Amino acid sequence: MHKRFNLSAVVAVFVIIFLYLPITAVVGLSFNQSSNSLIWKGFSLDWYKTIWSNEPIMSSFQRTIFVAVVTTVLSLIIGTTISIGLNKMKAGGFLRTFSTAPAIVPDLVLAIGLLTTFSVISMSLSLTTVIISHTVFCTAFVVAVVLARIGLIDPSIEEASTDLGASAMKTLFKITIPQLMPSLIAGAVLSFTLSMDEFVIAFFTNGPETPTLPMVIYSMIRFGVTPEINVLGTLLLVISFVGVILAQRIGKVADSI
Amino acid sequence: MVKSGGSKTSRHLGWAWASPGLIFLTLFAAIPVLSMLFMSVLTAGRFGGVTTPINFDNFSRATDPIFVKVIINSLLIASATAILSLLIGFPTALFISRLSRKWQVILIVAIILPYWTNFLVRTYAWLVLLNNEGIINKFLRNIGLIDKPIEMLYTPAAVIVGMTYLYLPLMILPIYAALEKVDKNLTEAAFDLGSSAWKSLRTISIPLAMPGILIGFIFVFVPSLGNFVVPELLGGGKTVMIGNLVRDQFLKARDWPFGATFALILALILVVLISIQSYVSKRVNVNA
Amino acid sequence: MATVRKFKFSATVVAAAALLLSACGGSSDSASSASVDTNVDITTQKLVISNWAGYYPEDLAAKVKEAIGVDITITNHANNEEIMGKLTASDDSGIDIAFVSGQYAQALAAGGKIVNFDKAAIPNLANLYPEVADLAYDKGTNYSAPYAWGTTGICYRSDLVDFTPDSWNDLLNPKDSIKGKTTMLATERWLALPAMKLLGYSMNTTNADEIAKAKEQLVKTKPTLLAYDDTAYYTKLVSGEAVLSESWDGWCNYGIAENPAIKFVIPKEGSDLWADTMVILSSSKNKEAAHAFINYILQADVHAWVANNILYKVPNKAATETLDPALATSYPNMGLTPAELLKGEVVLDLGTDSKLYTDLATSVTSS
Repeated sequence: MHKRFNLSAVVAVFVIIFLYLPITAVVGLSFNQSSNSLIWKGFSLDWYKTIWSNEPIMSSFQRTIFVAVVTTVLSLIIGTTISIGLNKMKAGGFLRTFSTAPAIVPDLVLAIGLLTTFSVISMSLSLTTVIISHTVFCTAFVVAVVLARIGLIDPSIEEASTDLGASAMKTLFKITIPQLMPSLIAGAVLSFTLSMDEFVIAFFTNGPETPTLPMVIYSMIRFGVTPEINVLGTLLLVISFVGVILAQRIGKVADSI
Repeated sequence: MVKSGGSKTSRHLGWAWASPGLIFLTLFAAIPVLSMLFMSVLTAGRFGGVTTPINFDNFSRATDPIFVKVIINSLLIASATAILSLLIGFPTALFISRLSRKWQVILIVAIILPYWTNFLVRTYAWLVLLNNEGIINKFLRNIGLIDKPIEMLYTPAAVIVGMTYLYLPLMILPIYAALEKVDKNLTEAAFDLGSSAWKSLRTISIPLAMPGILIGFIFVFVPSLGNFVVPELLGGGKTVMIGNLVRDQFLKARDWPFGATFALILALILVVLISIQSYVSKRVNVNA
Repeated sequence: MATVRKFKFSATVVAAAALLLSACGGSSDSASSASVDTNVDITTQKLVISNWAGYYPEDLAAKVKEAIGVDITITNHANNEEIMGKLTASDDSGIDIAFVSGQYAQALAAGGKIVNFDKAAIPNLANLYPEVADLAYDKGTNYSAPYAWGTTGICYRSDLVDFTPDSWNDLLNPKDSIKGKTTMLATERWLALPAMKLLGYSMNTTNADEIAKAKEQLVKTKPTLLAYDDTAYYTKLVSGEAVLSESWDGWCNYGIAENPAIKFVIPKEGSDLWADTMVILSSSKNKEAAHAFINYILQADVHAWVANNILYKVPNKAATETLDPALATSYPNMGLTPAELLKGEVVLDLGTDSKLYTDLATSVTSS
């Protein structure tokens, strides 16, 4: 049984190494005394001390997390309702393409298009406009991954649930959503990650007073990547690891109930 | 499968579910993007923006050998990126999908975690690793394996590796989402019945993963075509993609209609890909 | 039935898109004049200023508040192209003052996006070198106040290059010893500059033959380059990955700060004269405070403080005279005189002919 999975296990290990190699470099460079990424000048914790007082980085970081969380929630709701709807109406290729296309429109085209739209409807630029814009393409990602799965759910189970007198809500939460769970996880993770890292659309649709972290980093590129950014990357990594371990513990407790 | 078509009520119910989201996408995706694409038949304003008259000159301009070369070149690089991502992404997704739900979540998170560090920072990290005076070359030189640095950066290969790195989760996650629904008993049964590993892969896993594979391929292929940061940083500006053309025309030449023309070309490539995808995944669904 | 609905749906989307398009048309043609109402209490106004990151002293906002009583928020853009795209696509970006290069100020003025100054409100314009008023992108300093200026040259590692570079030829047709270790700027006008100057053309030329000849040279140069780079090249020089780079003068100073063996030279064939300027957006509702801000920056001691901080030359005569001479010893290009700078050709906006250079850059970098 296990023999069969050897090749895929080897590749998976390789992929993990491939993904973490540059991250290791980021962690290492966060301890670099030099402010120049390409030169190692010795070990230092100085950048860990200065980052807390770097107001632009800290406040833009908070904004970025806020935008990413709201975007993820909205995209999951909108994306899942669209997918369920399209599946129920047995929609053809047009509506499916229509709902997934924003995921793959060049970001600059979406960015300038949205900025023009907001300008025409006199909507002033702020984090709200960034969230709307991010929700547009994240929704498309959610639709794509959910649609890839929803077609295979046997509709007779939902019908049976309804026939047995379960309310529509109950059927949704007890039958449909659990079956969609892997897609929902994938969609949520994708939305959060894409939103957090997005620069071009955020630059164009954001108001001038609320820059997000990618905008701050991008404008700093003139000086290369500074160790403070590497420090932030390292801290984020640590926080997420801790978060995952905690979530897993909570999951264990929840399972045992 | 149930009878196709569905009842009238389920169609109405479907519209009720989908309408709010579709209206949202119409307002904030379709209208903005289509208006951008329509610009391709308008005339550039002197300082950006567009004016009339309507004309089709941009399409003949786009057939200039310079641009055709860039388009073909970026199709090749994006294909290489998507194929490489598939080759390492499929086994990874397969491996993950066979684990318990708890380990699935842990591995998915492990794969996505590096992506919570800004992409510019991660791309810069490759610069640090790969450059002629970088960590890998210094290491190889110190242990005496080489005496001249291996030139890894500023080549199309560096661009392909960098973009594979950037978009790999977009391949792994959809395949995982599609594969995970495979009834594990099904593959185990196939195995128990003496079916070889390769045969169960070919007859069960791959067909079932196909919708995810197709989506993953598009998710990797299209942004690779449109990426201009990786070609600039890791390709040393010596590799040009369609994304560079769109960006350069919109922001540098301030020729929005011509930029829109390239965006339209990208969109057409995309429509072809999505049509293939929905055709194939429909067939797969029917066969399953 | 489904087809009809699909058609109706598409038609609605298309119609709405067309409506939106009509809003993207060109705006008015030229800069309107601002008239400053001296009765307005500027301390009730707030300014949003977009500048390059790291291109201003960190405590600028605090100093401005203390000196003129205006709250300012500084936001950053990474380059001219982005801020131009944003200003062009929206009628009110929320920005009052933008820092853009001279040729972009010229384009913004022609597009009606920025105002002509009420010069009575900026008396410190008198501190500028008189030559500034002749700069071709804005003769008479009507809509752009210069913040910093400089030129483009060759930044090199004097310890790793076995000769003293003095010509664009050293970059474009490099000796074997430095092949694969040179970089050129990626932004199209500066990508073209070395070839234009080596061939004796204007860097603002729109002559098809001259552009074709420059292209020929640049295509020949491409295989000898390490990379096209206008962000990280000075780190490449510091690490020794590159030994000779086409560079803006101020950026070379970042390299010199880390390794004194790095030197800067203006090639004998000549170069450009660029200026980064401050402009006031037409959409600004705080024009009085905006004028006061520009006037404050142009104050001799303030502009000198800026120069010390960002290591760029400022076109301010009164400020430059107060600068510590030691600065020019550490960073020789800080000591370039206006006369030396003015030998350079002023970079101009080429309007619709900009595309000649975009196409040139595309065909060279994709060759």
